[in-house]
Amino acid sequence: MTDSKYFTTTKKGEIFELKAELNSDKKEKKKEAVKKVIASMTVGKDVSALFPDVVNCMQTDNLELKKLVYLYLMNYAKSQPDMAIMAVNTFVKDCEDPNPLIRALAVRTMGCIRVDKITEYLCEPLRKCLKDEDPYVRKTAAVCVAKLHDINAQLVEDQGFLDTLKDLISDSNPMVVANAVAALSEIAESHPSSNLLDLNPQSINKLLTALNECTEWGQIFILDCLANYTPKDDREAQSICERVTPRLSHANSAVVLSAVKVLMKFMEMLSKDLDYYGTLLKKLAPPLVTLLSAEPELQYVALRNINLIVQKRPEILKHEMKVFFVKYNDPIYVKLEKLDIMIRLASQANIAQVLAELKEYATEVDVDFVRKAVRAIGRCAIKVEQSAERCVSTLLDLIQTKVNYVVQEAIVVIKDIFRKYPNKYESVIATLCENLDSLDEPEARAAMIWIVGEYAERIDNADELLESFLEGFHDESTQVQLQLLTAIVKLFLKKPTETQELVQQVLSLATQDSDNPDLRDRGYIYWRLLSTDPVAAKEVVLAEKPLISEETDLIEPTLLDELICYIGTLASVYHKPPSAFVEGGRGVVHKSLPPRTASSESTESPETAPAGAPSSEQPDVIPTQGDLLGDLLNLDLGPPVSGPPLATSSVQMGAVDLLGGGLDSLIGGPNFVAPPAAAVPANLGASMGSGLSDLFDLTSGVGTLSGSYVAPKAVGSISMDLQLTNKALQVMTDFAIQFNRNSFGLAPAAPLQVHAPLSPNQTVEISLPLNTVGSVMKMEPLNNLQVAVKNNIDVFYFSTLYPLHILFVEDGKMDRQMFLATWKDIPNENEAQFQIRDCPLNAEAVSGRLQSSNIFTVAKRNVEGQDMLYQSLKLTNGIWVLAELRIQPGNPSFTLSLKCRAPEVSQHVYQAYETILKN
Amino acid sequence: MIHSLFLINSSGDIFLEKHWKSVVSRSVCDYFFEAQERATEAENVPPVIPTPHHYLLSVYRHKIFFVAVIQTEVPPLFVIEFLHRVVDTFQDYFGVCSEPVIKDNVVVVYEVLEEMLDNGFPLATESNILKELIKPPTILRTVVNTITGSTNVGDQLPTGQLSVVPWRRTGVKYTNNEAYFDVIEEIDAIIDKSGSTITAEIQGVIDACVKLTGMPDLTLSFMNPRLLDDVSFHPCVRFKRWESERILSFIPPDGNFRLLSYHVSAQNLVAIPVYVKHSISFRDSSSLGRFEITVGPKQTMGKTIEGVIVTSQMPKGVLNMSLTPSQGTHTFDPVTKMLSWDVGKINPQKLPSLKGTMSLQAGASKPDENPTINLQFKIQQLAISGLKVNRLDMYGEKYKPFKGIKYMTKAGKFQVRT
Repeated sequence: MTDSKYFTTTKKGEIFELKAELNSDKKEKKKEAVKKVIASMTVGKDVSALFPDVVNCMQTDNLELKKLVYLYLMNYAKSQPDMAIMAVNTFVKDCEDPNPLIRALAVRTMGCIRVDKITEYLCEPLRKCLKDEDPYVRKTAAVCVAKLHDINAQLVEDQGFLDTLKDLISDSNPMVVANAVAALSEIAESHPSSNLLDLNPQSINKLLTALNECTEWGQIFILDCLANYTPKDDREAQSICERVTPRLSHANSAVVLSAVKVLMKFMEMLSKDLDYYGTLLKKLAPPLVTLLSAEPELQYVALRNINLIVQKRPEILKHEMKVFFVKYNDPIYVKLEKLDIMIRLASQANIAQVLAELKEYATEVDVDFVRKAVRAIGRCAIKVEQSAERCVSTLLDLIQTKVNYVVQEAIVVIKDIFRKYPNKYESVIATLCENLDSLDEPEARAAMIWIVGEYAERIDNADELLESFLEGFHDESTQVQLQLLTAIVKLFLKKPTETQELVQQVLSLATQDSDNPDLRDRGYIYWRLLSTDPVAAKEVVLAEKPLISEETDLIEPTLLDELICYIGTLASVYHKPPSAFVEGGRGVVHKSLPPRTASSESTESPETAPAGAPSSEQPDVIPTQGDLLGDLLNLDLGPPVSGPPLATSSVQMGAVDLLGGGLDSLIGGPNFVAPPAAAVPANLGASMGSGLSDLFDLTSGVGTLSGSYVAPKAVGSISMDLQLTNKALQVMTDFAIQFNRNSFGLAPAAPLQVHAPLSPNQTVEISLPLNTVGSVMKMEPLNNLQVAVKNNIDVFYFSTLYPLHILFVEDGKMDRQMFLATWKDIPNENEAQFQIRDCPLNAEAVSGRLQSSNIFTVAKRNVEGQDMLYQSLKLTNGIWVLAELRIQPGNPSFTLSLKCRAPEVSQHVYQAYETILKN
Repeated sequence: MIHSLFLINSSGDIFLEKHWKSVVSRSVCDYFFEAQERATEAENVPPVIPTPHHYLLSVYRHKIFFVAVIQTEVPPLFVIEFLHRVVDTFQDYFGVCSEPVIKDNVVVVYEVLEEMLDNGFPLATESNILKELIKPPTILRTVVNTITGSTNVGDQLPTGQLSVVPWRRTGVKYTNNEAYFDVIEEIDAIIDKSGSTITAEIQGVIDACVKLTGMPDLTLSFMNPRLLDDVSFHPCVRFKRWESERILSFIPPDGNFRLLSYHVSAQNLVAIPVYVKHSISFRDSSSLGRFEITVGPKQTMGKTIEGVIVTSQMPKGVLNMSLTPSQGTHTFDPVTKMLSWDVGKINPQKLPSLKGTMSLQAGASKPDENPTINLQFKIQQLAISGLKVNRLDMYGEKYKPFKGIKYMTKAGKFQVRT
């Protein structure tokens, strides 16, 4: 007597038999037949051929039969639109039925039939049902509007259903309200611009009332809708929070998480001094912990969200570390998430416990989990300095287990610990070296090689170790090859006498036998560096490395804020904004946390500053260490040197640039803003060097050309002084120069004149007159100038920053009245204030000196013993800059206020002031 | 909202599909199968799987994957909660939820699913209401239906559907009015090698079976309500009253329901009722290892510990075990390396123990990981947190109901590391 009998087929042809049964006179037989049809449908069999016969059974007063036929219709109407029309009459009739269940069923089913011809007939019954006296029918009709919108959005708008739907938000029945909200939210999702859910304090109040009385699912819809509202001030935010808090005790975890979303978002508006803020923080912890005792699938989603919450407000769960301890029969996806949160919560207070746990996990069976646990120990060491020692010894214990993947993971993280705490734990290197042979993963090998190279001077047999890696050089992965190359060069620089042969070998392996361009390029650079200037090479390769930051893989703060608004959604599971993955990118609106605004009556608290920038506490975010290659390149970068000796600067620049990547980065690579001197107006160490052409020169040794750029001398006409040195082994001729488009349209006024060919090691000085009629493009920074110098060998690119005062024109003196009016006219947000320190001049001298650089004093006042100079200047492109310079006699610090319609120049004008006044 | 639902058995066959919007081709499940293949065990299949046009959210219960297909941004917890609700409903309707049972009742399943969602929006998920809409199959009813030609679909609008107490139907009548409450606590704990507690927490629930006539209004008060600071209530509980007076006041649903679940995590409140003494040693040289465990009562408040079962996943290197229990029976499966010892009751005078040797793979080095011991047990008439019901009162109806409260403590995820 079970339904499985419907699956048994006879030989004769199932469809044929069913057809006969459907047309039977006996009611009972008919119903059985429809059941058989439905059963076939559920398992994916095609029974659409029976369409007319099934529809014929629709006219019945047997509710079950009717429902079954409806089920069938919904599935197949699309494939048989003409036949489906036959059903319309019954639908329309059923919409008038005295039984509300039938009315609702009819309107519900009609909405599911995705056939245009039917939807036309749907409008009238739907309109009636939306105003039905029975709330059950109204709530069903509300959903039907969403269905209809999905089929034919225009029709819904034309028929005014959206307005009716909005009216339903004020319905007396909470279930109707919830469904109306759900329907509107779904429609709004496909129409992000339309202001469908126009929330105001009144409608919010209605929603909050309905929230208490509707079903759990309705609560989710309402809470998600509330989360999109921005309260007008902190009072409103608090009162909404108060009314939402009881939802945290709901048994349905989706309700809880949606409530958490609302609270997390509105909390942003509350002042931290408020008692309520503290209460709310305390109330948030228990429900989050409770989510973790639910089924594993729910736990997973909860954990992904907790990961966000912990990053945003670590204080909520800081005492709850233990609930994130891993149970051995947790599914792997739960284990990995728990581990992640454990590290986020690790602090000095609980580190001992965490470490003990992590050590336990490192002996588990699941390889992925063990690896992550080992890595976590390293992250703890980096995060909690006090624990570093214990972490290192734990890692050493783990290395002693000799379990291959544990050892490899441990070595990778120890490398990071070395970088975070240099010169502290190098004593363990010996232990690491013992495991050299067992490393078979590229990342671990690369890490080990880095360690050997970095501490070559402390490892007696460093050369032997590296040599052993070199044997299979071509079989290694790129990561290892690059690392090996760098490590051997480091070794060579530290112990040049014994390792010359080794370095030769690796350079030739990298440059001649390899077809990997990255490797070849790096090889050539080292080669050239070493042969040209070993001192510079040392400076570059053995430069002090920047420390790595404490916390890795934090989510960037702005993204985090956006994701907080998406708690409980798919976005929060993927940790990506919806725009990054929502189908077709249907114009997703970016959400952001509300800024904190105090209600007008509340007493002024210093906290009222916009909280959009929770700045100071936010730790720096550095990318994950996954990208070891990028990491390594950064390691090798020398720190920006200010004012290096001219002799080495060019070479170093070239090298740095090449290390930094392709030719693009040559332009816009590190710029040297040289200290400008009054006598020699400016002196900029400029980069040069074109990777490829030089590389092709290598047969004749390492060749290069060095140039230096000297900025304009005199006011009035602008010119650029260049000093070109040929460092290649070839004679250079046919020079030409070109500027890229730049902010002020600077361009050469005459061709570059280098009269005689430039022989190797010869230097020539040229002054190139400039004008400002070139094409304009805004540069970053504003005073960046990209220059290309061409000769018979190649094109050389470099970029330089020019001081802005070369662009100040002579007619920059403004009339007093004009000045006053303009000053008032420019909005205050354009004002920028700077401090000029250590300038021993008095007002007179300042005024005089500035005047010679075309900064004119319009007026001078003495206010309370302070000299106020009002000055104006004009740039070549006609931009006026107004300045107020406050000088206190005896105080070498001046205050400079700048106002300009183009505020981005202010910074550079300030620099020009500094330059002029300090020289 | 929820687009479609596929039911997939562990061998990877889709045996039921239901679409609430347009039909989504079942080929979308290929992405699920891929993930299923990658995961070593069914439990490890990730619950959220992205595909180019859809997202698949799944739960795994009763050896069946319930896979929901969604297309737009929908709260995943909403979907997963709903899926669990579907499973609960099936279980409620058919007693067990399994592939053959679902196939046997496919039409009812289909009707129920249709009632649960409309266009992907939840419609009726309370089993009380569903049962009024679609009557669960009973042998008697199917017989009656076939004879009389009546149906198992109700033709009245369920009364609870729109009232202020949607969870309760009107016109309930019983000859024996009774209300039973079970306070059940599960201890989740991790105990380390030396026997000290790493974590311990209690997951408690109060399950009720209320069969009362009319519209009774109940209040339940506790001796020590302060224990309950982290609670989730059934929607029937009046939250305000709890906040202000710490009294549970509610109009109960009819029949079985979970009144509340709670969580006690404060370490000092969680008593650990059992201890395990263990000595498991592998030696590098010999191919024999020694194994000995003893189980004993700790803080039991004078109650007996029953239904003790010890299980442990032994390391791969263990070929076989020859053990002698002082009581109960034990098995060791040399294929899965699962040791299971059904101890039964613990007699504090004569502690049960399991002793013997393990034979290890010859020549292999000793296993890296030590086995974790998993413990199950039951203690009747005790709520280990100390929670006690003070009194239960009924208002709004005249009759005198029969009331009963039962306590029980069980092991949840109770693990001892060795």
